[in-house]
Amino acid sequence: MYAVDPRRTASAAWADVWLGIDVGSDIALANAVGHEIIAQGLHNQAFIEGSTTDFDEYAESVERYTPEYAEQVAGIPADAIRQLAFEYATAQTAQLCWTLGITEHHTATDNVLALINLALLTGHVGRWGSGLVPIRGQNNVQGGGDMGALPNKLPGFQNVEDDELRGKFEAKWGTEVPATNGWHLSLMFEAMERGDIRALYVIGENPAQAEADVSRARRLLGDLDMLVVQDIFLTRTAGMADVVLPAAAAWAETEGTVTNSERRVQRVRKALEPPGDARDDLAILADLAGHLGHDWGYPTAEQLWDELRSLSPMHAGMSYRRLEEQRGLQWPCLDEQDPGSPFLHGRLWAKDPGDRGRLAPFSPVEWVAPADELSDEYPIRLTTGRRLDSYNTGVQSAGYSSPRRLGESLDLDPEDAARLGIGDGERVRVISRRGSVEAPARVVGGLRPGLAFMTFHFPDDVDVNTLTIDAWDPKSGTAEFKATAIRVEKV
Amino acid sequence: MTVQVTVDGRPTKVPDGATILDVLRGQDIDTPTLCFSDNLTPVNTCRVCVVEVEGSRTLVPACSRVAEDGMVVSTATDRVRHSRRTVLEFLGSSVDLSVAPNVADWMDEYEADTNRFGPNVATVDQPVKVQDDLYIRDYAKCILCYKCVEACGVDAQNTFAIAVSGRGFEATISTEFDNRLPDSACVYCGNCIGVCPTGALMFKSEFTMRRQGTWDESAQTVTETICSFCGVGCSLELYVQNNEIVKVLSPLDHDVTSGHLCIKGRFGWEHIQG
Repeated sequence: MYAVDPRRTASAAWADVWLGIDVGSDIALANAVGHEIIAQGLHNQAFIEGSTTDFDEYAESVERYTPEYAEQVAGIPADAIRQLAFEYATAQTAQLCWTLGITEHHTATDNVLALINLALLTGHVGRWGSGLVPIRGQNNVQGGGDMGALPNKLPGFQNVEDDELRGKFEAKWGTEVPATNGWHLSLMFEAMERGDIRALYVIGENPAQAEADVSRARRLLGDLDMLVVQDIFLTRTAGMADVVLPAAAAWAETEGTVTNSERRVQRVRKALEPPGDARDDLAILADLAGHLGHDWGYPTAEQLWDELRSLSPMHAGMSYRRLEEQRGLQWPCLDEQDPGSPFLHGRLWAKDPGDRGRLAPFSPVEWVAPADELSDEYPIRLTTGRRLDSYNTGVQSAGYSSPRRLGESLDLDPEDAARLGIGDGERVRVISRRGSVEAPARVVGGLRPGLAFMTFHFPDDVDVNTLTIDAWDPKSGTAEFKATAIRVEKV
Repeated sequence: MTVQVTVDGRPTKVPDGATILDVLRGQDIDTPTLCFSDNLTPVNTCRVCVVEVEGSRTLVPACSRVAEDGMVVSTATDRVRHSRRTVLEFLGSSVDLSVAPNVADWMDEYEADTNRFGPNVATVDQPVKVQDDLYIRDYAKCILCYKCVEACGVDAQNTFAIAVSGRGFEATISTEFDNRLPDSACVYCGNCIGVCPTGALMFKSEFTMRRQGTWDESAQTVTETICSFCGVGCSLELYVQNNEIVKVLSPLDHDVTSGHLCIKGRFGWEHIQG
């Protein structure tokens, strides 16, 4: 197990090898690993020829990414990169797992493509025990995408702009579905800036504390003609709203399903009566539809799920009965005899080339530095992340008393702390190009000189996202939370 | 592949690799277990599941011994019953088993008399360790079955915050240097609570309610749902009394995490109750 992380996290300590990578240099490392695998002839020639396309373009693109070059960019010794390349390429099975350290960058999609290239190069995909594993941060990130909570997809990842697929939904729903892709979160904020969005209905999200460059987000939310928030808490966002619709907690107060990181659809069940006026999201939406002149009645979660199954082929085989009996099924699950799919892309290994379907393309990508550049004025790289006992903006995890919780701090490497004359526990001012906050410093191991760390679990105490940059990936819309240039001053 | 074994005179075929306990469960033969759990590696410390195997000089633990072709197993002989009774008497005379599930029934079944060693018997009685708001450690209820140590170590959490320290009657489960739990390596996953067979490790919520006399299992419902905190998809069993969650376990036979959770899944539910 290799852990590639700017910080020596608990996982890194557990791994056989920790490679402390400079924030935002992932593509340089991945391309160098690809370069080395090809240079040593360790790539899977048969798989590449039979199941992929565009290898030559890829090989050419990584030619300049020597391990020595990547050492300059990523701060990882060239020999360690060679060793990683050798072990990954020669392993019987190998997985590349990642979380937001890969995706919260303005090059998010390219970062992922760089990893996909490595899996294609070695054939570590579509086989039991090998694969590409994005690990999700909430119980239903995957499910939200599955259900079409994406600007370009209908449920089951069916393209909005495909007339035939959209027509299927229109026939079932008896209404017209907009024929063009919508906006993702970052584009929605741009639309608010332009005045093209004047009203916003936010369900179960706290953008007034979670957005990068949160001062801007708050200004734009505050400028709306109307803001509706449906949430289980009166969050900071809800506090700005014209209308707040109190919702039941989906995981313990309602019936339904969620989909985990391994595409496993599982049942959530109602164990508690929700407090006060809080209601099931389904009931709130059905009532709203009624006020807008559409009688939906009050369908049960299972009735809605069965409608979804009739429209989304990959969910068709997942009846509530089967989900309960088998404690979840992994999509695609095409009919009620289908046991589900523990892994994807097995078709690439089909004996008969005719059964392999669309071959998997290599996607050459180039490394680009983080948007928020280090300079003499802002010399330290701040990266943000989570701690084990807390959760995102803290609205859920603040409810229980964790003996492990330390509150917000600016974690500094001992060398930086000594250079700046900052002692453990001393209050400091953290300044980025967008804002500044005050927090206690903690001098910790596990960082490297020039690297600092904060969470965003305690925004009421320390508003960390006033520091972060909202430069976002043009393909995914994800902001570069992971790379902020800061300077630190004693208070 | 199957093997043929004979249990209490009845021949039966079982899959290769099945333990004697698997065979007994398959035949609905009630077998007491304390240190065994479906999601842990057997450690054979409690000896309460022992059975007689023809040709074996000693009694063998059913939980870990793999069934072999031609094996003849007896579960109800005087020797087995006597051994189980003695184990229960030793444990029951020195340890508080008052909240250990099933133990009272086994005491009746094996006619165990925990008073047979007289009134001045040594016990492990000691004050309860209450060091945080999440869970308590009541080592007066600890039978040293090692399950918590295993769950904290290689069987689940790989944190190694606890181990057995001391020898003989002084042996006890301890953090490093006997540090208070919040100052130890503990990450508060609570997987030790999930496997504890005697209530020595207990949710603070359950502990408090028992003290107040409000803990009422007959008034509790158990609902299986999915944790909301990350994308792993751990199953939670929510124990609810008076519309409040009072403890959270996870089904041992669920293949996502085999009954193990983290601090958020096990303790992070208070945000949904007032």
